[in-house]
Amino acid sequence: MTNEVLLDPHAIASDAHHGHDAAHHDEHHHTETFISKYVFSMDHKMIAKQFLITGMVWAVLGGLMSVFFRLQLGYPDSTFPWLEDILGKWAKGGHITPEAYYALVTTHGTVLVFFVLTAGLSGTFANFLIPLQIGARDMASPFMNMLSYWFFFIASIVMLSSLFIETGPFSGGWTAYPPLSALGSASPGSKTGMDLWLVAMALFVVSSLLGGLNYIATVLNMRTTGMSMTRMPLTIWALFFTAVLGVLSFPVLFSGFILLIFDRNFGTSFYLSDIFVNGVGALPNEGGSAILYQHLFWFLGHPEVYIILLPAMGMVSEILSTHSRKPIFGYMAMVGSMFAIAILAFLVWAHHMFVTGLNPFLGSIFVLLTLLIAVPSAIKVFNWLTTLWKGNIRFTPAMMFAIGFVSLFISGGLTGIWLGNSALDIHLHDTYFVIAHFHIVMGVASMFGMFAGVYHWYPKMYGRNLNNTLGYIHFWVTIAGAYLIFWPMHYEGLAGMPRRYYDYSIWESFKQFGGLNQFISTVVMIVFAVQLLFLFNFFYSIWRGRKVTQANPWNSNTLEWTTPIKPGHGNWPGEIPEVHRWAYDYGKDGKEFIPQTVPVGADESTSH
Amino acid sequence: MYLTIAVIVLIFVVIFQIAKASEYVSLLKGESVSRKQNNKVNGFLMIVFLVLGLVGVWYCNELYFGKTLLVHPAASNHGEKVDSMLWWTLGVTGVVFIATQILLFWFAYKYQENENRKVYYFPHSNFLEMLWTVVPAIVLTGLVIYGLRNWFSFTGEAPNNAMVVEVTGKQFGWIFRYPGKDATFGKKYFKAIDAATNTIGLVWKDDATLNLKADPATLDDIVTEQTVYIVKDKPVKFIIGSRDVIHDVGLPHFRLKMDAVPGTPTTLWFTPKYTTKEMKEITKNPNFQYEISCDQMCGNGHYSMKGVVEVVTQEEYDAWIAKQKPYYFSAFPDADPANKKLPASDTTKAATAKL
Repeated sequence: MTNEVLLDPHAIASDAHHGHDAAHHDEHHHTETFISKYVFSMDHKMIAKQFLITGMVWAVLGGLMSVFFRLQLGYPDSTFPWLEDILGKWAKGGHITPEAYYALVTTHGTVLVFFVLTAGLSGTFANFLIPLQIGARDMASPFMNMLSYWFFFIASIVMLSSLFIETGPFSGGWTAYPPLSALGSASPGSKTGMDLWLVAMALFVVSSLLGGLNYIATVLNMRTTGMSMTRMPLTIWALFFTAVLGVLSFPVLFSGFILLIFDRNFGTSFYLSDIFVNGVGALPNEGGSAILYQHLFWFLGHPEVYIILLPAMGMVSEILSTHSRKPIFGYMAMVGSMFAIAILAFLVWAHHMFVTGLNPFLGSIFVLLTLLIAVPSAIKVFNWLTTLWKGNIRFTPAMMFAIGFVSLFISGGLTGIWLGNSALDIHLHDTYFVIAHFHIVMGVASMFGMFAGVYHWYPKMYGRNLNNTLGYIHFWVTIAGAYLIFWPMHYEGLAGMPRRYYDYSIWESFKQFGGLNQFISTVVMIVFAVQLLFLFNFFYSIWRGRKVTQANPWNSNTLEWTTPIKPGHGNWPGEIPEVHRWAYDYGKDGKEFIPQTVPVGADESTSH
Repeated sequence: MYLTIAVIVLIFVVIFQIAKASEYVSLLKGESVSRKQNNKVNGFLMIVFLVLGLVGVWYCNELYFGKTLLVHPAASNHGEKVDSMLWWTLGVTGVVFIATQILLFWFAYKYQENENRKVYYFPHSNFLEMLWTVVPAIVLTGLVIYGLRNWFSFTGEAPNNAMVVEVTGKQFGWIFRYPGKDATFGKKYFKAIDAATNTIGLVWKDDATLNLKADPATLDDIVTEQTVYIVKDKPVKFIIGSRDVIHDVGLPHFRLKMDAVPGTPTTLWFTPKYTTKEMKEITKNPNFQYEISCDQMCGNGHYSMKGVVEVVTQEEYDAWIAKQKPYYFSAFPDADPANKKLPASDTTKAATAKL
C-alpha cells in the first residue's frame, strides 16, 4: 500500500451528508430525555454499551451455571444444601439432578456462544468502533441499530423466562439435535423449554441480521474522506467479515429452526423417522432425516466460530500494534487471511459430522478444507509474533489480554489440526478433548479479545480509567486459571471420556479422573470470582474511576481518539477529520506515532 | 456458606483497597514512573509464566498420561493406526506449540518498553509471509494425506468374512441382534415394536393395518441387551441404528465411534486384537471391560447408557451362541421346541419348518 491520498467519491458524499447531520445532532442534544439517551437510544456508542452490559449479565449467569455443573462433576458425592435454596427442586437435597445438570450445560452453551460471545462481543465492538474508526457520525441506520439491540433484549427475556418454567429449560445440548429436541416425550426439557429456546433464538437471529446489515452498509458507504478500504484499521476489517458471515449464515440456522418448529408443533417429518419412544409408542412420522438438521445447524454453527473469533482477532491486532509501538506486521496478509478464513468458514461445516455416517468421500473434502484453515491461522499467529519482535511493549491490561489471546489461540488452534483430521476425530469426537479445544480457542480466547477490547476502549467509552492493578490481577489469574482448567481436559479426552456426562462413577474406563475433576472445579470457582472482581472494577470505574485527561491516552493512530474525551451523539463536534494514511505508522522515521489524520510529509519515507 | 461468602467479600475488599492504594501511589509517583514499574513487573511475570507453564505441561503429563488409553496398546487394528497418527500429529503440533509459545512470551519479556530502544519499523516482508504460508501448507498437506489414507481404510467396506451384528440404541441402553443360523437379518419395522416382547420390531407376523407380511428370516434372529459378544482376530461389522433419538456407539479402546440415527442405518467395522481376558492382564485391571459409551447427548440418562463388548475366542463364542435361543421363542414360548409338551399353533409350525 502506498500513502497517496486516495479520494473516494462515496466518502466525500457521506461527509457532506454528515455536515448536515452534525447540525441536526447539536439541536437534538437539548431535547434528549433519559429514555431517548439511555433506553431507546439511537447513538451507536450507547447501543454498544447496552450490548456490552447485557452481555455481561449473561456472562455472569452463564458462568454461574458452569460453576453449578462443575460442582456436580467435581464433587459428585457431596451435597450442598444451599444449592437447594437457589435451584429448588432442581437440586433436591443439595444435589443437582440429571435434568438440572443437562439444562445447565445446555443453557451455558447457548448463552455463552450466542448471547455473550456474539451479541456481547461483536454487538458491542462493531457498534462502538465502526463509526468511530471509519469516521462516521453514526451507523447507516441508527433506528435499525436500536431495533437490533431490542430484539436481542427480548430474546434475552424469553431465554431467561425458560429457566423458570415447570418442565425446566431446554436440556438437549446447545446444538439442539432432533429428534431429542423435537420430542417432548423423550426429554422434559424438550417441552415448553424448547419452545421458548426456539423463540429466543429466532429473535436473536433477527437481532443479529439487523445489526449485521447495518455494519456492512456503514463500513462500505460511510467512511470519511481518505479512508480507503485498505486504510481501515484491522478491527474494522474483522468486524466487516464477521457481519458478512452472520448475514449469510444466520438465515440458514433460522430455516433449520423453522423446520424444527414445524416438526414439533405441526406434525411434519422433516427430521423425524422410525421413532419409538418409551412409554409413548411408535410415532407416525416417517421419511425425515435427523442429519438434515445437523447440516443446517452447522452451516451457521461453523461460521459462528469465526463470528466469535474474528472480532477478537481484529481487536488484538490493533491492540498489539498500538502497545508495542510498532506497525502491525503484514497488514495485507492479515486482511487476506481474514478473508480466507471467512470464505473457508462456509466450507467446513461437516467436520462436526464425521461420525454421523456421512459419505466418506464427502468427509475427505471437508478434511482438506478444514486443515486448510490452519494456513491463514498460522499466518496470523506469525504476524502477531513479528509485530512484537523489536517493539517497545507497554504492558497495559489490554496488551496483556491481547498477548494472552495469542497464546490461547495457538494452544487451542493446534488441537484443531487433530480434530479436523477425520480419522483422528473418530476417536476424539465428543470427548473432553473437544471441550478443551473449543473452550481454549473459541471460548476463552475470544473472551480475552473482549477483555482486551474493554480495557483498551474503556477510556473512550466512559471517559474514565479502569484500575490497572485490578486489571493485572484479573489477567494473571484468568490466564493461569484457563490453562489449569482446560489443559488437563486433553488427557481426559485421550482416555476417551465422553462429554455431557452427569456422573462417571459407573464407568470403569473413565472414573479414574475424580481427583482431576475436583481440581478443575475448584479452579473454576476461583476464576469465576475473579471475573466478578473485573465487573466490580468496570462498574465502580464508570462513576468513580480516575478521569481521563488526555484525548488520546494510548498515543494511538486511529480516529476514535480524535474525538473529544466524552463524544456526544455525532462523535465529532466539528468536521469529521480527513484521513491521510493507514492506521499503523508507529515508530516510523523515528516518530513515536503518526495519527491517521496527519498528512504525509514531503520527506517521509515510503517503506510502506 | 454464609461464612464463605463473608470471606470472599473480605478478600475482595482487601484486593480492592490495595488496588486503589496503588493507583494513588502511582499518581504521586507520576504516570511514566509507575508505568515503567508495572512494565518491569509484568515483563518479568511473562517469562515466569512461560517457564511455569512449560513445567506445568510436563507435570500434567506426568500425572495424567498414565490414565489415558495411550499407555496400553489399542485393542483393534484400526486403533493402532489411530494411535500412530495421533503421535505424528502430536509431534508436529507439539513442536509448533513449544516454539511459538516460547517466542511469544520471550518477545514480550525482551521487548518490554525501554527508553533507549528505537522501534524497528517493519510493516511487512514478502519473504517471511511467503515462508509461513508455504511451510504450514506443506506440513498440513502431509497430515491430510496421512489422515485420509486412514479415513478411507476405516470407512471402507468390511471384509467378506466379517461377522455382522446389528446394534440398536434406545433411551438408555443397547440392543444387539445376531442373524442366527440363516445368516440373514429378518425384516423389522418400528411400528411393530413392543417394549416388552419385541424391542426392535421384528416382523414375525402378518399385520394388515401396518401392511406387513411376516418375514421367516426373523424367526431365528437372536436378540440380546447390554452385552455383545465378538471374536478375537475376526473382523466384525456393526450395523447401527436407533429406536428413538440419536445415540452414538463409542468404543474408546478400539478408537472408534459411530452415530446411531433413527431412520438412517450406519455401519462401522474393526478387528479386535485382544480378548477381554487378555486386556485385563494388559491393563492389570481385573475389572476391565470394553465399554460402549453413548457419545451423543440423548436425554437425562445419557451418562448411564452403557454397553459392554465381550471379546472372546472362537471356541468361547461358538459355545455361547449355541446356548442362545431365537428371540422369537421368548415372545412365543409355545414355538420353542424345548416346550414341546404344549401343542404349537399351525402358523408357527409352518414358520419353524421353513428354517
